[in-house]
Amino acid sequence: MDLSELTIKSLRDKVRSGEIKARAVVEDSLKRAKDTQGKLNAFITICEKEALLRADQIDKTVSSKKDPGALAGVCVAVKDLLLTKGVKTTAASKILADFIPPYSSTVVEKLEAAGAIIIGKTNLDEFAMGASNENSAFGPVKNPWDLTRVPGGSSGGSAAAVAARIAPASIGTDTGGSIREPASFCGVVGIKPTYGRVSRYGVVAFASSLDQVGPMAQNVEDAALMLEVISGKDKHDSTSADVLVPAFSEKIIDNMKGLKVGLPKEYFVDGIEPEVRKAVDQAVSVLKAQGAEVVEVSLPLTEYGIAVYYLIAPCEASSNLARYDGVRFGHRTSEAKDIHELYRRSRGEGFGAEPKRRIMLGTYALSSGYYDAYYKKACQVRRLIRDDFLKAFSKCDVIATPVATGPAFKLGEKATDPLAMYLNDVFTLSPSLAGIPGLSVNCGFTKEGLPIGLQLLSKHFDEEKIIRAAYTVEKHSGLPVRRPHGF
Amino acid sequence: MSLSEETIKKIADLARLELTPEEHTLYSKQLTAIVDFISQLSKVNTDGVAPLVTPTEMAQSFREDVVGKGFEPGAATSNAPQNSGNLYKVPPVL
Amino acid sequence: MAFEAVIGLEVHAQLLTNTKIFCSCSSSFGAGDNENTCPVCTGMPGALPVLNKQVVDYSILTGLALGCEIRENNVFSRKNYFYPDLPKGYQISQYDEPICIKGKVTFLVDGVENTVGITRAHMEEDAGKSTHHGDFSLVNLNRSSVPLLEIVSDPDIRSAKQAGEYLRNLRSILLYLGVCDGNMEEGSLRCDANVSVRPVGQKAFGTRVELKNINSFRFVEKAIEYEIGRQVDAIEQGQKISQETRLYDPDKNRTMPMRSKEEAHDYRYFPDPDLLTLTVDRAWVEKVKARLPELPLQKLKRFVSEYQIPEYDAQILTTSRPQAEFYEDVVKQGGNPKAASNWIMGDLLRILNEQKLEITQSPITTTQLADLLKHMDAGKISGKIAKTIFEDLAQKKYVGLSVEEIIQKNNLTQVTDTKAIEVVIDKIMTANQGQVDQFRAGKEKVFGFFVGQVMKEMKGQGAPQVVNDLLKKKLKGE
Repeated sequence: MDLSELTIKSLRDKVRSGEIKARAVVEDSLKRAKDTQGKLNAFITICEKEALLRADQIDKTVSSKKDPGALAGVCVAVKDLLLTKGVKTTAASKILADFIPPYSSTVVEKLEAAGAIIIGKTNLDEFAMGASNENSAFGPVKNPWDLTRVPGGSSGGSAAAVAARIAPASIGTDTGGSIREPASFCGVVGIKPTYGRVSRYGVVAFASSLDQVGPMAQNVEDAALMLEVISGKDKHDSTSADVLVPAFSEKIIDNMKGLKVGLPKEYFVDGIEPEVRKAVDQAVSVLKAQGAEVVEVSLPLTEYGIAVYYLIAPCEASSNLARYDGVRFGHRTSEAKDIHELYRRSRGEGFGAEPKRRIMLGTYALSSGYYDAYYKKACQVRRLIRDDFLKAFSKCDVIATPVATGPAFKLGEKATDPLAMYLNDVFTLSPSLAGIPGLSVNCGFTKEGLPIGLQLLSKHFDEEKIIRAAYTVEKHSGLPVRRPHGF
Repeated sequence: MSLSEETIKKIADLARLELTPEEHTLYSKQLTAIVDFISQLSKVNTDGVAPLVTPTEMAQSFREDVVGKGFEPGAATSNAPQNSGNLYKVPPVL
Repeated sequence: MAFEAVIGLEVHAQLLTNTKIFCSCSSSFGAGDNENTCPVCTGMPGALPVLNKQVVDYSILTGLALGCEIRENNVFSRKNYFYPDLPKGYQISQYDEPICIKGKVTFLVDGVENTVGITRAHMEEDAGKSTHHGDFSLVNLNRSSVPLLEIVSDPDIRSAKQAGEYLRNLRSILLYLGVCDGNMEEGSLRCDANVSVRPVGQKAFGTRVELKNINSFRFVEKAIEYEIGRQVDAIEQGQKISQETRLYDPDKNRTMPMRSKEEAHDYRYFPDPDLLTLTVDRAWVEKVKARLPELPLQKLKRFVSEYQIPEYDAQILTTSRPQAEFYEDVVKQGGNPKAASNWIMGDLLRILNEQKLEITQSPITTTQLADLLKHMDAGKISGKIAKTIFEDLAQKKYVGLSVEEIIQKNNLTQVTDTKAIEVVIDKIMTANQGQVDQFRAGKEKVFGFFVGQVMKEMKGQGAPQVVNDLLKKKLKGE
């Protein structure tokens, strides 16, 4: 039995029943992680010791006829932005290269309580700042579908780990598209929940009003199950919402009868590569064939989303990253004659270019005299962008768009022009600003065999609808299930 | 509107970032381009619009005034580059 | 040219909650190094703040006591700057939407009512503490994130003395509310002063100087006094006052410019995205309002009118709420209001001082004092006996006994029965015929001898006035 072929549900069922030992599952996953690490560089840390220990504990629980949890034996790769107590957490930065957290993030605790086994911490763009995973202090991650291309970012390692079948599930974070875009580039399902659906406690903060933790998996049902486990109010996070968590993974409807799918005219413009456009159009026609009414909607402020995002996110980040100062943890410069030198040198040495750039941008935009014109203005336009979406959702249930203008690009292609990299995010940024949930599901491949993702959006806390739409596409698009060559 | 080298220096100071001369020049150029791009926001009419910080409507959370579990002994300084017992040690502040 | 001083005070009060403002660490004083810490108050990656409801309650209570309006929508803002005792690199505070605005406080200065406006009061977190040791510094974050209420007065204060009284009164209010323990030496109450001067009659304010490092009431007055003088002198000599921060040096009694040249801070305030807007609705305010106790000035005025005691007495008795409540409890149990006042202000406070006790730990209970006063009023014991019992109680001589029981046990009841006293006088006179003759011969001083002997024979229980009157009569031969 090829364990990497099993869905999460069937895997955990087999472990719970005792048919498969969790240890066997973990050993398989670890082997795949180690064997592919040279090619992909998907991991910063592989947690061999801890994972095997946990696997044995799960097996023991099963044999003593106790409940090992809803994700028993399921291997999960976790983005190295979520703190794992006792296991190095780096945010892919030199400034945290040796940081051993004294506590775990809530999401990690929830996964472990459900019996999931964390096999490693995945590579990412440093401090989640990037869209290609080329900004890591530990080297770039490669796309399993084409090793000369980027996997997307910032959750590149998490996407690659699932695409290469190292683990059936991974955890990423999404601030402006960092789950959806790599999911699209790597051909896996990725969900950015509603802002407030999942706890941010113990997640290295980039942009506090945008960051959300979310799952990536091979198929919609698996992703939905992961979302179910990690969601819920956390008393440690004031921005986590006290709302009911539906059983996302149960009885997912595979049609769109009675639902309306909105297509925002501002998203379907020139600049989208023809193959992407074709794949997205095909997915929409699948939705239509399965009962959806397709309507045109308008999101007039779409063009300003990038500017709003690249003001708000760096402003929040410039403040969130002030704690990396070499005093209590992290990199400290070897020579400083006073505290000011300590700060300047430690931070100058420890941060990569993209974090430094964004800290500078945010510091500038918040500085005296600029607050009203920049940060405050961006927050006002943000409200208008959210209003746009709420208006659109009065006309439809789900909005469908491309995730990106093209498939995975080549390593190095956009790395030297930060602004060009930013413009790439146009489709995913505005939903983050609005706080609404978003999902990426594979809807085709390019002639070169590169995955293309479909983005589905719904209103706040309505993840059920986008899961349903994604499931419908998955079940009825007739796309053959592919594996990246060599994995 | 170009960000002068002096502005870059001032921002780097505020952000406590020591930059190499190359970084200075590079960031000056890159940040100018980004700031120029962002300035298009001034075209949007936002009269009477309240700024939005948290994008999802949700009820406020509080804590009860009850002492909870904090760090285990020594955990506060377990990652400290330099410490003196359980205190953080730094170069002179004054 | 005559000048007037324009002074505003910024007071930081540490709120007496069990836990810090944004995490559930204990906010107790005196813990071991970094013992009261967690990921949140040490600024660890991934840590997030959650607001302590009690901090909001205490802030509303204080705002109401200061006559403020309580804002419905409150925003917490980040104040960004780098300092090793500020672990996140920013302090969570309130900037343009503070919880309390537009209040005022009235207090007495030499018996005259003064009113000072309160501009605002807002919640914020405290920083940790750093100590400096030459070529290194050490940082302790136990105090990091302890809740503070920053109370800013309008620039209505016009003299150092008024500043001192304002501060004393503010402290008293905070103690009455039970929200702060007002200890300036330990730092639970801190005060900065903004001082400027202008020619009398000028409307525009002069240049403001901020004074820091004032850590006692005495120093508040002295620092301000010095600064006013310094500014007036400077202006009279044609110099300009620079807007700066100066530190008070208590040893030399002067203010000095801060040693390090502080660049003008750009705090880059913005609303903290980790916290939601705090909504304080009318219902919440009303609930807190119902808990407002009678405040110092109110209580003072009521004591004067209800108990007919002088303002001087009322001022001392209402210095602290437990003290005022002690007094009132004695009076409510039947103690004469003026007598109770005298005994508390005099003997009781002296004993508490000697034994280093708070009034809540008084060895003499309100019931015991009330009983003593009632017995004296009824003539059952003399004032002298009462004082003796009082001192004995203070030394814990009669634990568990009521005053009545003590009197009975020791046979201390004052004897007023003239027949009984006459018997004793007769006995003494008979035994001391010589002295009787001396008195009758004109040696008036001998009278004291007889008083002493009679009292000794009666073990001090003779009612002094009756003894005196009867002795006089008998010695004179009546």
